[in-house]
Amino acid sequence: MIILNCLGIESTAHTFGASVVVEQGEILSDVRDVYASAPGTGIHPREAAEHHSEVAAKVISGALDKAGVSGSRLDGVAVALGPGLGPCLRVGATVARAIASCFQKPLIPVNHAIGHIEIGSLTTGAIDPLVVLVSGGHTAIAAFSGGKWRIFGETEDITLGNLYDMFAREINLPSPAGPQIEKLADKSSNFIPLPYVVKGNDVSYSGLLTASLAQLRSGATLADVCYSMQEISCSMLAEAVERSLAYTRKKEVLLTGGVAANKTLQKKLSDVAVLHDAQPRIVPHAYTGDCGAQIAWTGLLALRAGDVASIADARVKPRWRLEDVKVSWRSDAA
Amino acid sequence: MSRFLGEATLPKLIYRGAEAEIYLEEWYGSVAVRKSRIAKPYRVPELDSRIRRSRTLHETNLMHEARKIGVPVPVIQHLDQETSSFIMEYVNGPTLKDELFVVSPEIRRTRCKELGRLVARMHEGGLVHGDLTISNVLSNGGKLFLIDFGLGDFSVELEDRGVDLLLLNRAMKSTHVRLHEEIFGAFLKGYSTVVGRKRHAETIDKMREIERRGRYSERA
Repeated sequence: MIILNCLGIESTAHTFGASVVVEQGEILSDVRDVYASAPGTGIHPREAAEHHSEVAAKVISGALDKAGVSGSRLDGVAVALGPGLGPCLRVGATVARAIASCFQKPLIPVNHAIGHIEIGSLTTGAIDPLVVLVSGGHTAIAAFSGGKWRIFGETEDITLGNLYDMFAREINLPSPAGPQIEKLADKSSNFIPLPYVVKGNDVSYSGLLTASLAQLRSGATLADVCYSMQEISCSMLAEAVERSLAYTRKKEVLLTGGVAANKTLQKKLSDVAVLHDAQPRIVPHAYTGDCGAQIAWTGLLALRAGDVASIADARVKPRWRLEDVKVSWRSDAA
Repeated sequence: MSRFLGEATLPKLIYRGAEAEIYLEEWYGSVAVRKSRIAKPYRVPELDSRIRRSRTLHETNLMHEARKIGVPVPVIQHLDQETSSFIMEYVNGPTLKDELFVVSPEIRRTRCKELGRLVARMHEGGLVHGDLTISNVLSNGGKLFLIDFGLGDFSVELEDRGVDLLLLNRAMKSTHVRLHEEIFGAFLKGYSTVVGRKRHAETIDKMREIERRGRYSERA
């Protein structure tokens, strides 16, 4: 039996990653190099793209070497074409097109958000979950139906990752800031009331950001503000998830994406799942952040389903929405 | 009401939603309904009680306002801020969703047209429901009552009104597939008699626009 493999390339934001996976879901390698912005500044798209061009060759050859697969033995080359920062995406896309045409391999465009969902499903065994995707670019609640992921709830303004990163930027912490905010929050249990905004299945975090910064300026301790902001932001999402869960009656809740590493969020979503007799599925820490493996594995699923693109059509899509992707390898639950 | 008094011991849980529980209970010698917001383990107690209390107040405020502008809702009999619950009149009758299955075509249209008038009156009075479905309408011998204002608001925004119509349209479509055009059509007829042709057209356009945005996706 021939076992298919696939190289995946991720470059949507601060991470340049490459990975090789095989059909059974084994991740043979997962190499990444993360662009670090200076504390107090966000990600600079051009500088991040320069970083990616510098490390691309090293990261990709590292992934191939570790997997023991040469370029000519690949079955497919998958690349995240969006959503993400244009300059960053173009680095990954250019490299992927070059490898695919050099070795005459199928090129597989992958949506980065779907990558988070598929790596979460692979590593937790989730089959038909209500997905809670939390990262710098997404805060969305989705379920699979009619060949696509349908959004049941999402943020109406900034994402949960944005909330933490923008807060951190104001106080000169480096991004991604989630882990540091979590550490500061652990030092407090003094709850300060801040805006809690849930509209149906949607959340809104911009008011919480403004109010948290205002608290800090008016003398509240950093630990107290981090604790309260984290409590409120995670509870809001938990409530939105609960509404979607009561509506869809899914039996699994999959938490995936960079912010899935947050322990408070994990605990709250597990609480919600239990309330509705659903299993909490939390993506392992190694695969919360952006990585090549999420692209390689999704690429492999697409390759098996015959979803490949011609090299000329593989253009970056910085605003590629999750719900616009036709997913051919999944079927609706009965 | 004797239906329940005779056979079951009160209080009796009749519905459990994501946010609240609905009980039938005895209130000064007659049957009433208690809506009680449930404490959530995923919120710190201080936050949890603040949210439950303010939402209970908000909801009872909206219901009170609805009644003032002539939109029938169960009469609120008691508000208990400590437990974030309130007691309201028991409306004896099926939901409109269930009733539409069993009545004649003529009554079906009459009911939907009446609902259109009520929703229009509510909108004209500056309220939106936020979760308008035929499950959230009770029918007592033809008199319709709107219930569950938990997601409602004081609003005159076209956007919010459009969402109301969209949610109702979707609910009608999913439960009464073959009758959908007839019943939503009757609803709109009633709606436009109150708001006038211009406002009616604007609201419908807004509803279509919101639908195109695809945010309110179909049930999985």
